[in-house]
Amino acid sequence: MEIVMAFVIGILFMSATYLMLSKSLLRIIVGTGLLSHGAHLLILTMGGLKRGTVPLLDEKASAYTDPIPQALILTAIVISFGVTAFFLVLAYRSYQELGTDNMERLRGTEGND
Amino acid sequence: MKTNDIILQTTTKVVVFIIILFSIFIFFKGHYTPGGGFVGGLLTSGAIVLLLLAFDMKTVAEILPINYIYMTATGLLFAVGTAAGALFFNVPFLTHAFGDVYLPILGKTSLHTATIFDLGVFLVVVGVTMTIIQTIGGDE
Amino acid sequence: MSLLHLAIISPFLLAILVPILYKSFRQIHTGWFVLPLPILLFSYFLSFLSIQEPITKSVPWIPFLGIDFIAKIDGLSLLFALLITGIGSLVVLYSVYYLSKDKEKLNTFYVYLLLFMGAMLGVVLSDNLIVLYMFWEFTSFSSFLLIGYWYHKEKSRYGAQKSMIITVFGGLSMLGGIILLYIMTGSFNISEIMEIVPSISDHTLFIPALLCFLVGAFTKSAQFPFHIWLPDAMEAPTPVSAYLHSATMVKAGIYLVARMSPVFAAEGLWLWLVGGVGIITLFWGSFNAVKQTDLKAILAYSTISQLGMIMSLLGIGAAALHFEGIEKSVYAAAITAAVFHLINHATFKGSLFMVVGIVDHETGTRDIRKLGGLMNFMPITFTLAIIGTFSMAGLPPFNGFLSKEMFFAGMLRVLELDIFSFETWGLLFPVIAWLASVFTFLYSMILVFKTFTGKFQPEKLEKKPHEAPIGMLISPIILASLVIIFGLFPNILSNSMIAPAINAIMPGNAADVHISFWHGFTPELFMTIGVIATGILLYISLPKWRRVYDLFPKKLTLNRLYDGSLEFAQSISKKLTSGYMNGSIRTYLVYIFSFFIVILASTIAVKDAFKMDTSNISSIGFYEILLALAIVVASISILFAKSRLTSIILLGSVGYTVSLFFVLFRAPDLALTQLVIETISVALFLLCFYHLPKNSKNEERIRFKLTNLLISIGVGAIVTVIALSAHSNKMFDSIAQYYVENTYEKAAGKNMVNVILVDFRGFDTLFEITVLSIAALGIFTMIKLKMKGGRKNENK
Repeated sequence: MEIVMAFVIGILFMSATYLMLSKSLLRIIVGTGLLSHGAHLLILTMGGLKRGTVPLLDEKASAYTDPIPQALILTAIVISFGVTAFFLVLAYRSYQELGTDNMERLRGTEGND
Repeated sequence: MKTNDIILQTTTKVVVFIIILFSIFIFFKGHYTPGGGFVGGLLTSGAIVLLLLAFDMKTVAEILPINYIYMTATGLLFAVGTAAGALFFNVPFLTHAFGDVYLPILGKTSLHTATIFDLGVFLVVVGVTMTIIQTIGGDE
Repeated sequence: MSLLHLAIISPFLLAILVPILYKSFRQIHTGWFVLPLPILLFSYFLSFLSIQEPITKSVPWIPFLGIDFIAKIDGLSLLFALLITGIGSLVVLYSVYYLSKDKEKLNTFYVYLLLFMGAMLGVVLSDNLIVLYMFWEFTSFSSFLLIGYWYHKEKSRYGAQKSMIITVFGGLSMLGGIILLYIMTGSFNISEIMEIVPSISDHTLFIPALLCFLVGAFTKSAQFPFHIWLPDAMEAPTPVSAYLHSATMVKAGIYLVARMSPVFAAEGLWLWLVGGVGIITLFWGSFNAVKQTDLKAILAYSTISQLGMIMSLLGIGAAALHFEGIEKSVYAAAITAAVFHLINHATFKGSLFMVVGIVDHETGTRDIRKLGGLMNFMPITFTLAIIGTFSMAGLPPFNGFLSKEMFFAGMLRVLELDIFSFETWGLLFPVIAWLASVFTFLYSMILVFKTFTGKFQPEKLEKKPHEAPIGMLISPIILASLVIIFGLFPNILSNSMIAPAINAIMPGNAADVHISFWHGFTPELFMTIGVIATGILLYISLPKWRRVYDLFPKKLTLNRLYDGSLEFAQSISKKLTSGYMNGSIRTYLVYIFSFFIVILASTIAVKDAFKMDTSNISSIGFYEILLALAIVVASISILFAKSRLTSIILLGSVGYTVSLFFVLFRAPDLALTQLVIETISVALFLLCFYHLPKNSKNEERIRFKLTNLLISIGVGAIVTVIALSAHSNKMFDSIAQYYVENTYEKAAGKNMVNVILVDFRGFDTLFEITVLSIAALGIFTMIKLKMKGGRKNENK
């Protein structure tokens, strides 16, 4: 399964990159969202998949899945939510102020940098 | 947000309480089973978002007159306070303590300072999510 | 933390209080609150006069890097500490009368001044080179702030920037030297380095380290060719010039040379460079001082030249290391002269700066072409000026005479030196020294007689001149009395201060220092008489030969070089930056992603890290394949989505699939969190787009671009390769077992993930919620606080 996941993650990263290189601000944000999904799955896969039961001691199993990647991802999920929200509002406000979400038109001019 | 969906409103009235109760349950059980401050907080904010969808901003603000920024700050204070409290017992920052207490009806109950820390997380998550949603939603 | 550390830190602590005191007591001049501190510190340091052995106190700072805050006080440090606090007290007292409490921003002035005082004490009292460097840069920084104190003046800003660039350049070079020394000796502590030095003097890095240190010292002490910043630094308020740019900060370079002498002085290059640069600076400074018309500019060049003189004495004195017996003490006498002149210079130059400040303050100008005949209006100031300048010119019975005699004696000794090929070029030293002294005499006379005698020209002055208030006169009077006292009774200093300082510069050379007034008819005396005679002759004929200065090409000055290279650097860096910073986010992302691909691919190739190991993989289930397909389809179809809504919904579906993956991969906490957060995110996205106006222009597909496709395929491929290799190369055992064993033992919890979050790795969580709160505040501000310009836009 790890091999399959490696390719799934690769495809997620690829789409994310392609989106981020586009001109529309919204697509860039969607791209960052995809990128964080890919990263979370990457961390989880790195720790090894299905190596034991869920990391709850009550299960009294002989082996548990590695809890550290999970803890890291939990933190990452919430942070990426915060970042996405921030980006969104940034896009929304710049749209309001500047009337466009085309990145090519949002370039700073000479003397305005 | 204008809605006059009577079905959604009626369901919401019931469901919101269930979600909030569930979120509190999941928050307290977090140390032993899946759950904790993050999920609890997110669920609670999910419930409030549902309220916002069913009713409008003003109604919700009347039902829950909470300043979410203060809530965030309170949560941060809880978390930092618990962490710093350890310093008074001459142990490193963020050391938690726990112990068992016998309560009359409940019997043996274990108490953790980690729960207070988690409560801080809970409050911050609710506060932050709702601040974001409220400010965007309230913007004209 | 010892009392000594507290003494270094106390100016910084007071600096924190100054703005509060300024705001609370507006009627009282802030200087009065500052004044007690240097006086207190001065008397504290006086108590060290009787110490025999150096006192060392250490406070750990970054112990594993060998960096500790070691305060060490020996003869040399003590001498400087007394200068810093003593002159500091007088300068603060003087500034109380010099700076008006109604017009000036006294809070910032005294904060900067205290910062400087603390930093300077730190420089002279640190034994650890890194700590010394830190304080060293701090003095450059506070000097920058003080020169730019009247920042509304163009010249102040220029001077501040210039001094900053040059001294920080020197500071960085010194840091390089410190690191080189550390590579050779393995220690940052000067006292330890001194012990190791004999064994490393053949090291290839030894000479580079020496050069680096000297660049640091020369820039700080305004030695040729780095002296150009000092005249421009005269834009600072006069108390600052008196304090930083004559008595203390510029002597930090002298201090460094003296302090590092035991380390480097055995090297012939050191003798040549310190002695040579010093003597060139001495001449060049005094020569240029004569042509100046601004009183402070004369003093600035005079300071440069006097610093050169001390520097050259230190260089010649280093020859003592190569001799034994009587010859040794002969060259060590040059060091005595250096230390003695260091004190003398602080006294007479300090008082002269204050005198010039008084003249400026009471007449409104410092231009000697406008001044003249002030003697009758300012008799006390005139007397003080006479004492200061005569001492500077080296006339008896002032202290300057004594140190000048000793200087001549030292320079004459160079003739007898027969090491490091001094026998060929050594003759230049006494000759240049004598010439420079003639010019020194000359500008001293110009300074005092052009200002105070001659024709009084009231029409050129802004104010009607009169004697300064008594408060302003106290400090120069004290300094001038010291000039006379040290001149008549030099030996009150010799065993209390000079001998311990020499002992610190030349360890194991506890010669009895005795300075005598009358040497008999020695060559030195005849040299002095020659100086006076020639000087008077030149002063009288000054108008006739003044044109000599016009012979120097105006376009080839060092200042031109400095300005030119600064402009060049700016234009080059601007061109370079605008070449790749074109303002388009896509370009930047292309850079980032290409770099990502290149770096990672080449690392994998070089390290031969790619490995695919299929032996230890988990089974593939039906549902997992289904989910994998779903996620691939969804993420690819986002690329072809036409409307914004579709792409948001597709992103949401990817998110929900990820949460289902979490379920399958035994991560219930993650699944729960992902599920809820995806819901809220989608709500958030929709909320944002509910408010945005429809814009058909954006409702189009992404236009296909080959570069984008190639880059994204590259990123995807690299990540896949990394995922595969990371899975196949297991270099360490997982640390998961620790959590499995200790979750219940140490934290009394059973959900490992939650316990890690709130207990084992609580710091992560603490900062995570902090980041979240900051994001929320940022969003809140972006929406609630709209700029006025934005509002206008909306109304359109």
